[in-house]
Amino acid sequence: MAGQQLKWFYAALGVIVVVGIAALVLARRGGGSAAVEVAPAPVAVGTFEGHVLGSDSAPVTIVEYADFECGACAQFAILTGPDVKQRLVAAGRVRWVFRDFPLDGHRNALSAHLAAACAGEQGRFWEMHDQIFFNHRRWVSERRPERPLRDIARGLNLDLSQYDGCIDSRRLLGQIEATKRDGLARGVQATPTFEVGTLRVSGALSYDSLQALVTRAEARAAK
Amino acid sequence: MVAAVLALVGLFLSLYLWLWKIGALGVLACGDGACETVQLSEYGELFGVPVAFYGVVGYAAMLAVSLWGLHGTAARRRWPTLGLAALAAGGVAFSGYLTYLEAAVIHAWCRWCIVSAVLVVAIFGTALVGWRRRAWEQPPAATR
Repeated sequence: MAGQQLKWFYAALGVIVVVGIAALVLARRGGGSAAVEVAPAPVAVGTFEGHVLGSDSAPVTIVEYADFECGACAQFAILTGPDVKQRLVAAGRVRWVFRDFPLDGHRNALSAHLAAACAGEQGRFWEMHDQIFFNHRRWVSERRPERPLRDIARGLNLDLSQYDGCIDSRRLLGQIEATKRDGLARGVQATPTFEVGTLRVSGALSYDSLQALVTRAEARAAK
Repeated sequence: MVAAVLALVGLFLSLYLWLWKIGALGVLACGDGACETVQLSEYGELFGVPVAFYGVVGYAAMLAVSLWGLHGTAARRRWPTLGLAALAAGGVAFSGYLTYLEAAVIHAWCRWCIVSAVLVVAIFGTALVGWRRRAWEQPPAATR
């Protein structure tokens, strides 16, 4: 192999190494797609706003569009969710709104959203939400996810006869589908998508990335 | 040389996917969330190890073999290229299996996984071409 040729070859490899390392560092710092401005999302009177966590008087509202079957949503709920609840919601900085956005390609998503909504009828949406995500592997690849989802409901000591009645009647399906339609109309395309005030961002954000957006939204709210 | 460049790109790609999988990166730049679906599915791990880590090891091995084949006596031998082809063939088979899972089981297409599959097929093709070329350049053993 000619020495000069090898020199150029190693120079090219060096460039790839530098670019690769820089890309990894940037990916570590970035934490999500770039936030874009969206119009405020007032909810029409009489329509379902979503499942709410936190104080109505919190200065910033975060609307999350999520799909229970989506891996990134599970990642966010498992890795970032506990910090969000403790350091943003419980601290009174954020009012969190979960909006159903079951994706078409996810065949078990609707069952999971229905299970969570039915738990919500008993005032236990958020516990069911957490358990559905924490137990993702138990139901996500099942041909009939209703059984493992019911096991989760049983584990939470829900009133199972009421839960079964809600699931069988499918009465909350319309609410889930309407919420998704509203998300589509607002231009939501991926899950999870977050609207932090009027800033929209997608992806399984790290806590630091989300917290930075909340700080921006708080500064705007204070003006 | 081409194989080494492709292996290095594949190494960074699989490093990216592996670092994301172990929570060292915030968000996977994938667009529609399909990469996360694939990565977080039950097929995202094999024997308790993230699939992307097998990619890190595989591409590192292919990079090492392809660099080694450029130097000294190895540059004149066929078997480093044959070794690279064997490694790449394993990668092609593994990528084929993962692509099948994406299409038929997970029903989501991870674009980075597809790029990786294309890279490993290209490395395999390059190794085969290199092997044939060295066979052409190298005189038969009996005449040496």
